[in-house]
Amino acid sequence: MTAKNQRLTLVLLALAAMVGAGLLALSALRDQASFFYAPSDARRDGLPLGREVRLGGMVQAGSIVRAADGVTIRFVVGDGLATTPVTFRGIAPDLFRERSGVVAEGHFNPDGSFTATNLLAKHDEKYMPPQVAGAMHETKTLTK
Amino acid sequence: MTRTIVPSLHALANPARFLRIARPLTPVLTLAGLALLAFGSWAGLTRTPADYLQGETVRILYVHVPAAWLGMVGWSGLAVASAAFLIWRHPLAQIAARAIAVPGATFAAICLVTGAIWGRPTWGTWWQWDGRLTSMLLLFFVYCGYMALARADADRGGDGRIPALYGIAGTVLLPVIRYSVVWWNTLHQGPSISLTRSSIDASILWPLGFTGIGATLLFAGIVLMRMRMILARTKAEARMRRMARA
Repeated sequence: MTAKNQRLTLVLLALAAMVGAGLLALSALRDQASFFYAPSDARRDGLPLGREVRLGGMVQAGSIVRAADGVTIRFVVGDGLATTPVTFRGIAPDLFRERSGVVAEGHFNPDGSFTATNLLAKHDEKYMPPQVAGAMHETKTLTK
Repeated sequence: MTRTIVPSLHALANPARFLRIARPLTPVLTLAGLALLAFGSWAGLTRTPADYLQGETVRILYVHVPAAWLGMVGWSGLAVASAAFLIWRHPLAQIAARAIAVPGATFAAICLVTGAIWGRPTWGTWWQWDGRLTSMLLLFFVYCGYMALARADADRGGDGRIPALYGIAGTVLLPVIRYSVVWWNTLHQGPSISLTRSSIDASILWPLGFTGIGATLLFAGIVLMRMRMILARTKAEARMRRMARA
């Protein structure tokens, strides 16, 4: 094997090792690097009580209830496997709506509910003009 | 296959031959890239509908997506050039890697800034330490580290092997950025576009083709420009040294 071929092999091995290391880090850090808990994570691994965490999922259809004081919002976050009721006092982002993704910052309560101090809207990967989004959304927006 | 590719690459490693091709190619790539970018931006601002949820903010994707793509393609190119330099010791490969660093870092920065501008109205935050955002910021820092290392190496008369090894080590970030939104819970949405399908409606998507190809051509033009600049500087420095000795 010439020195050139040896270097070629070494460099290709190094490149493969770096990409492999990246992929390994991705899978190993899956839990630590998660941006939020999903409701089913919280149920499976026990409630992370006593510290600030984020809860993410879909705002369940028809679950948003605005309290009489005008600033408190109650809604239910679900991920298809479990749901968590959330209470939030403050101003929600414009894209916070039913059947949309949301990330709530706050803490879990011992009864399994979540008290949020901040809300972030999570956008999904779908982009479309209003006409395509369908009459359902249009009527909802119009009747609001 | 390597037999047919490698000789042509070896032929390009001759700086005189490279310059004969690069000199006319630079303005062609740069101007074509600028024209496509201008058309794509115009179309993206005036000829596409707003998104049903994001409204007009969606239009930032025509800049954000090509910038993210080039930030990552830039590092892939830098790593391949570094590998070619380590294997075949071609000085031109080293020059290519150094020429990529600045535009690559610039596009990574454009990606981060446009993302923050989009994130404020859409998510309700400029910045969050989620997997995708953090790994892209790391890539920007890794670019900065490469520039500092390459300059230090050149100043101390190094042989360029250390920056090249660093270039290869940096590829560790590329799969992390790509798959962070698939394998981790992130605030950033999952991939909208794959080779076979797109979850961006065609009426919104099409100008992205123009800005994406345009930005890529512009990137290639800038890299050629910088490679020629580095070659010219090396030549000038060598001449100065000869004159100083005479």
